[in-house]
Amino acid sequence: MITELKNRAKKNHSPLGVGGKQFFIFVKKEWLHIWRDRRTLFILIWMPIVQILLYGFALTNEVKNSNLAIFDQSKDEATALISHQIAASRYFNLVKNVYSYQEIEATFKKGKIRLAVVFPKGFRYDLLHTNHAQIQLIADASDPNTANMLTNYAKAIINDYQQSINQNEKLPYTINTQLRMLYNPELKGAYNFVPGVMALVLMLVCAMMTSISIVREKEMGTMEVILVSPLKPFRIIIAKTIPYLLVSMLNIASILLLSVYALDVPISGSLLLLIAESILFTITSLSVGILISNTAKTQQTAQFTSVMSLFLPTLMFSGFLFPVENMPVPLQIISNIVPAKWYYIIVKSVMIKGLGFSAVWKETMILVVMTLILLGISIKNFKIRLG
Amino acid sequence: MQPITVENIIKTYRTKKTTVDALKGISFAVNKGEIFGLIGPDGAGKTSLFRILTTLLIADSGHATVDGYDVIKDYKQIRHRVGYMPGKFSLYQDLSVQENLEFFATIFNTSIEENYDLVKEIYQQIEPFKTRKAGQLSGGMKQKLALCCALIHKPSVLFLDEPTTGVDAVSRKEFWEMLHRLKLQGITILVSTPYMDEASLCDRVALIQKGEILSVNTPKGITTEFKKPLWAVKANEMFPLMTQIKQNELVESCYPFGQYHHVVFKTQENIKETLEAIAKKGNYTNFEVQAIEPNIEDCFMALMKE
Repeated sequence: MITELKNRAKKNHSPLGVGGKQFFIFVKKEWLHIWRDRRTLFILIWMPIVQILLYGFALTNEVKNSNLAIFDQSKDEATALISHQIAASRYFNLVKNVYSYQEIEATFKKGKIRLAVVFPKGFRYDLLHTNHAQIQLIADASDPNTANMLTNYAKAIINDYQQSINQNEKLPYTINTQLRMLYNPELKGAYNFVPGVMALVLMLVCAMMTSISIVREKEMGTMEVILVSPLKPFRIIIAKTIPYLLVSMLNIASILLLSVYALDVPISGSLLLLIAESILFTITSLSVGILISNTAKTQQTAQFTSVMSLFLPTLMFSGFLFPVENMPVPLQIISNIVPAKWYYIIVKSVMIKGLGFSAVWKETMILVVMTLILLGISIKNFKIRLG
Repeated sequence: MQPITVENIIKTYRTKKTTVDALKGISFAVNKGEIFGLIGPDGAGKTSLFRILTTLLIADSGHATVDGYDVIKDYKQIRHRVGYMPGKFSLYQDLSVQENLEFFATIFNTSIEENYDLVKEIYQQIEPFKTRKAGQLSGGMKQKLALCCALIHKPSVLFLDEPTTGVDAVSRKEFWEMLHRLKLQGITILVSTPYMDEASLCDRVALIQKGEILSVNTPKGITTEFKKPLWAVKANEMFPLMTQIKQNELVESCYPFGQYHHVVFKTQENIKETLEAIAKKGNYTNFEVQAIEPNIEDCFMALMKE
């Protein structure tokens, strides 16, 4: 009698209650699936690291150590200084001094240089006496993007020089090129890539992995068994997402550590805000995953749908690879429904620009509303019977 | 109150190209504490019926109850109190034997210890492998584990969809012995099987074919319904023998059955003489002939013809 009472007491006094115990064992089971599938776990943990390193170092669209030639017809103090500054920068590598336009053309044709700087005769004289001087930049435009970037770098260096000589003058020398690069004066690619990779990785890990893991239960027939049990569908869904939320936290940590210590991209704003926004975006991605699992019948379909409906739009429309402002208006409108776009804006604002919550509350609200709608639809559509 | 009642259940699967009538108005009832067998070939509609009763599918029309609860309206109550073992092995292959059992015990708000007595005899056989992953068990072991998982919460009604399909003869025998012990605990069991020989192990059976029930009776009752004379014949030349028997006008049907041909006659008289005359005429060697008692399969063949 007493033991029976004790047993009953024990049964009812689980700190989590009956539902909590069910929930916990489900999360534990889910975790075991992930933990025992070592290959997938390995990919989940290393994917963000590899991506950050790839985008940060290998796939960068920064141009470093581009070969350069200088045709200096003036050979004065000013041209020597500018030449020196250009050659010393990490973007350029001075390969030769040339002495005629023909020589420049020949060197270009051989593919030895990407940019040539030409100083006209009497450069310093013009600058001092007419307050106006010219420099010609010749770039290999067979790769227009690179050419554009190289001329911008060179212009920036020349601007610096002009500013430095203007400091002590009452009558300023003309500044022809105006180039202003806010937040990223050195045009470092990593500033773009880190927020982009964060959005990409979270979307992929959360949405794809949850949708696959739910669909796997359907495919293996285990969904049939757990449906014929007292488990509530809502609990099944939430329990399935929790382990992936943990994996995502790990990914956020590894991305942030790498970006600060390996890519020299500092976290200018509040770390706490950044993490909170990332958790919000993770939940958005998880609800997208649940939504996909509602319709997909096989793991392949789930995977394919995730890649097509998440990976590509994230890549295209978040503004991470291609600026959204340059797209045709219909595409700009479409980009608004891609959650990653808003997260990308938030991360850029908080992490790179160092802004506070007041600057990103609108984007945050959009993500919150998106999440609520997605969660609502996916829980309502979760099938309590077999399709 | 009968633990399972099925009234005029109709289920049709529609795709763009075809419609399949899986169940064409099925009715039967299962009594408390009995082993009720659903016997029929693949595609007869057994799994559809199981899914309707376990609240996983909704029938197009008709009415069904489990433990007094309506399968549509009260699906939550039913999900609390039944045990279900699907036809396909549906446990977590990457979890160990013990982890699977613990998981299913917990989601039904119980523990392995609480109902250990119920599964003890079955579980003891797989206990030596309790740390092994479920996916690495043999077919028979998998079925035993699945049965344990379906039983661990002491269900009042147990649904077993083809539990012995793909299991060796020894394991099949053991499995049926377990079902009889569970019956003694007062659990009602609905079990389906494509194997006719397992029908005799049930208290009552329903023969099902193409979505229709041919007969519901005790195994004995079904065989006594078979009134026509049945004979078994055998010779070295089996194929021409069958052709010639079928040509005889006294013969209703003839079909292969193991080493023999089973022959059903329309009349009671002159049977042996007729068969021996055929044997003589065709010069069959090692000819054997004897009158036999019909088994379930003979009844099934006869019912299918009607």
